Amino acid sequence: MSATLADPAPSRLRLGLRAATIAVVIALAAMPLLNRLPVDSAFHVSDFLVSITGKWICYAILALAIDLAWGYAGLLSLGHGAFFALGGYAIGMHLMRLIGPRGSYGHPVLPDFMVFLGYTELPFFWWGFQSFPYALFMALFIPGLLAGIVGFLAFRSRITGVYFSIITQAMTYALMLAFFRNDMGLGGNNGFTDFKELLGQPLNTALARSSLFYAALLSLVGVYFLCAYITRSKLGRVLIAIRDAESRVRFLGYSVTQAKLFVFVLSGMIAGLAGALYVPLVGIINPGEFAPTNSIEAVIWVAVGGRGTLIGAALGAFSVNAIKTWLTSVAPDLWLFALGGLFVAVTLLLPRGLLGLVRKGDR
Amino acid sequence: MMRFLFACLVVLSFALPARAQDAFTAALPGLFGGFNDIATSVDQLANAGDPRALPLLRALSDGRLLKRETTLLIRSDAATTDAVTGAAADAAGAEAIRLNNRVRVALRGAIGRLALVSPDATERAAAAEAVYRSRSAENIPILEAALARESVPRIRAQMELSLAASRLMASDPGVQRQGIAALANAGTENARALLLEARNNTPALADEVNAALVAVDRALAIRRAAETLYQGLSLGSVLLLAALGLAVTFGVMGVINMAHGEFVMLGAYATVIVQDLCKDIPWLQPWSLPLAVPAAFLVAGLAGALLERGLIRHLYGRPLETLLMTFGVGMILQQAVRLAFGAQNREVISPAWMQGTLEMPFGLMVTQNRLWVIVFSLVVLGLTIAAIRYTRFGLEMRAVTQNRRIAATMGIRTGRVDALTFAFGSGIAGMAGVALSQIDNVSPNLGTGYIIDSFMVVVFGGVGSLAGTLVGALSLGVVNKLLEPWAGAVLAKVAVLVGLMLFIQRRPRGLFPQKGRAAS
Amino acid sequence: MKGNQLYLDGVTVMFDGFRALNNLSIIVEPGEMRAVIGPNGAGKTTMMDVITGKTRPTKGTVRFGDHDLTRMDEAAIANLGIGRKFQKPTVFDALTVFENLELALKAPRGPFACLRWALGGAARSRIEQVQDEIGLTARAGDRAAILSHGQRQWLEIGMLLMQDPQLLLVDEPVAGMTDQETEHTAALLRRIAGERSVVVVEHDLEFVRALGQKVTVLHEGTMLSEGAIDHVQNDPRVIEVYLGR
Repeated sequence: MSATLADPAPSRLRLGLRAATIAVVIALAAMPLLNRLPVDSAFHVSDFLVSITGKWICYAILALAIDLAWGYAGLLSLGHGAFFALGGYAIGMHLMRLIGPRGSYGHPVLPDFMVFLGYTELPFFWWGFQSFPYALFMALFIPGLLAGIVGFLAFRSRITGVYFSIITQAMTYALMLAFFRNDMGLGGNNGFTDFKELLGQPLNTALARSSLFYAALLSLVGVYFLCAYITRSKLGRVLIAIRDAESRVRFLGYSVTQAKLFVFVLSGMIAGLAGALYVPLVGIINPGEFAPTNSIEAVIWVAVGGRGTLIGAALGAFSVNAIKTWLTSVAPDLWLFALGGLFVAVTLLLPRGLLGLVRKGDR
Repeated sequence: MMRFLFACLVVLSFALPARAQDAFTAALPGLFGGFNDIATSVDQLANAGDPRALPLLRALSDGRLLKRETTLLIRSDAATTDAVTGAAADAAGAEAIRLNNRVRVALRGAIGRLALVSPDATERAAAAEAVYRSRSAENIPILEAALARESVPRIRAQMELSLAASRLMASDPGVQRQGIAALANAGTENARALLLEARNNTPALADEVNAALVAVDRALAIRRAAETLYQGLSLGSVLLLAALGLAVTFGVMGVINMAHGEFVMLGAYATVIVQDLCKDIPWLQPWSLPLAVPAAFLVAGLAGALLERGLIRHLYGRPLETLLMTFGVGMILQQAVRLAFGAQNREVISPAWMQGTLEMPFGLMVTQNRLWVIVFSLVVLGLTIAAIRYTRFGLEMRAVTQNRRIAATMGIRTGRVDALTFAFGSGIAGMAGVALSQIDNVSPNLGTGYIIDSFMVVVFGGVGSLAGTLVGALSLGVVNKLLEPWAGAVLAKVAVLVGLMLFIQRRPRGLFPQKGRAAS
Repeated sequence: MKGNQLYLDGVTVMFDGFRALNNLSIIVEPGEMRAVIGPNGAGKTTMMDVITGKTRPTKGTVRFGDHDLTRMDEAAIANLGIGRKFQKPTVFDALTVFENLELALKAPRGPFACLRWALGGAARSRIEQVQDEIGLTARAGDRAAILSHGQRQWLEIGMLLMQDPQLLLVDEPVAGMTDQETEHTAALLRRIAGERSVVVVEHDLEFVRALGQKVTVLHEGTMLSEGAIDHVQNDPRVIEVYLGR
């Protein structure tokens, strides 16, 4: 590509950032290995740190999904937590099916909560979830479908800006209410937990934990390259153009609806993937994941890191969650103040996020 | 001696109908006889319709009625009195009248019937219900007599129902028809149940009963519709209150404020504080709620002005950032209130003049505090419209939102108008909090439940139109309540959300779009 | 290139009872350049909105060749070969001059096509040619945000050229320009007109005279007068509308 395209000649800063990113990925990749070292070793990484880092990696994937829609196409979704949760539920259904007769009621097919609620047979939407490829497919398909429907309705009638944000928030709110109901057949309040195994591996072994960790890390890297490919293509420039002057793009002959729909569906699917990776790692999924606050908290990761920069989104997910973990352990009452303060500080003082500090003048 | 007693009674109870008095005294001697005499006497007393009969029979039933020669005495914890004259008496030498089962049965029916004419309204109401449950044709005359004297509508309704039920038990088809006709007019669930029962018991009158059932069903359907409408209006008025402030800050100013729900919450807590302050001043207590209205307006308005001047002002033209920032402010406000007041619910007591239930046409029962919320929301709407249309501030506000630069050149201090407008909208949110404290739990996350609904109302009604907000709020409330019986509360909410999205497909600018080209 | 006729007949646009266009009929032949003038609120911009699909007419016919424009959205109309330049220059600030032109270049517009798009030699030379024509070659790598007002106007005209439209709608191209820039713009417009149809909306009568084309005068949403500039300037109704108020 020539110097006139979106990717200017790599400056020293950019190269430095790239090197730092690679170093971080290598360090992350080393964590499960360092976890195997004896506890008294100076390089030993605790179980807690490995498991929480695995969670953060999933959050970083979610952040990339949000950034793709918001940072590039200007679609501020306040409902990405719904896509994340739906992906998680799809894998959760698979994990529930794998429990089989090991549940407390010992029913060969039905999960415990169904036995408890008096189901006699598996509802139709649970069919097929005993198959891992099917569950994984659904973890991407269902969020993609929902994003497609909501996006189609919204973009077709030119619902933009804050209206779109409110609609997506209403979407996740409605889903939360629905999933809290027992008669949804999806575990109601308690959701799914007490998973036993995945792909023939018991989930409580060190091997399973590090495999899940690597699956998440590989997905993060893969999703990053996918997003980078999209944002550097001409489609990426169309998206930026839509973000800045939507109607002008229409008069150039581009279907804004199609472009937005493409990016929103893809973004929803990526969020679904993040949820699918997250649930086996943490071992639980419940309707609380649909809470509007979760979605908007994920948006603030992206804002803190720097929207419109993929590395920034991932960086934001890691840094905000690191602060959250630390603060909720030392001063739980202060966390919500800190989070609220973060919303205010980032929008007022750091509109381009942490990476904006580094990349001043790049734009 | 009896003659003398009789003469005294004439003087003492000149206000009573002569026949009753006759019957009352005439029945008394039987109480001195055997069990059969006593039972007969009890029945006579019950039919006498004399106010003195009830305490006497109660005393008899509790074993507190004493006899001494020809005198009857009632013993209570405090003193002993003469059963006829009510004068204080000495219990020495008196013995309690004994009862057997037959007398007890007679007593139970008699007391129930007599309570129908008791001077105490709650006693009459309870008695009317008791008669309804033990319905028998015997009660017809006493019910007719009681109805003639009854003036409280609620008790009359119950008595009429009981009378109709008793008439159904009569052997005379003419009387039964009277009962059926009365039930057809009553049009209540109870009447319906009675008619269904009557259909089985009196096959001869099946046609009349069926016709009456149709009439009752129609009345019931009307009442159910009225009930749904009222519940919908009640929910709608809550939505209206919550959305009105938003219609100003978002609709008129175009500022998206996610902390709006928290301003509602601040208003509710202001109500709690005002109530606590008024607690020790008895004459002020009933007025704590009206006092809370301006207090909540000021608290939320001040918070709004601070938010606008301190933060939002710097983000004009960047709606998505404003959304995120105000969400953060909302979080901080919630957590601050949670730390200051605790996470548990706070109770706001409704003043006495707001409690209780009103009866409306079609047998509709209306809780007073809900009614006040509806009235309050309409008053606030009226005041808001008046403030925008007829005051200098409203004029400046419209000028600034329509053309900021021209307004500035006319000498309007636009910054000040922005702050005041935002404070105004936030203050309305605070007043919504006062109303919500009456029907919802006051807790730090009070506002979160309303914020999405409020936005839906504003978008549905048409951004920038107060009339749209009114219509939007009321119709969303009614639709929600219409769907609830079929779908349940949660699915109704989901259905409304989906329906709204589809509605926006057809009318992207809502019910009342803003006029002219300025809108695009 | 085979041209298409722009045909408006009986077009009425109502905004809440206000008639922005009132039974307007205009025909622009292929290859013709037409100037549309009229006082504020005459309906000039609304007419552009109707042609480009931004506003749906309340009633009336709008056709381009065989296509019924009232049934198409903005993107489909643009792809028919109708380009529009807005009154206020709108270019994509976050993109460079080159990228702005690249987006406008005639090429498949679907999301997947855009994803796979690779800049070929022919496309590159076409972009560079237009870049040269609008005099922005030296600024090719600069973001549009830092261009001057005149340069943004030219970039937008350049984007129209990249679209290679059959019909160009140009809304007040010289508003806010210096005399020198105005002259440059008039020359640019005359040069690019070529075999295309062009509709220019303008306030500036001197500029219209410089274009030297047929003029349509709009007033209160309807056509008041049509013909050569000298003809319409002497039309008593036009004089009354322009001077009488």
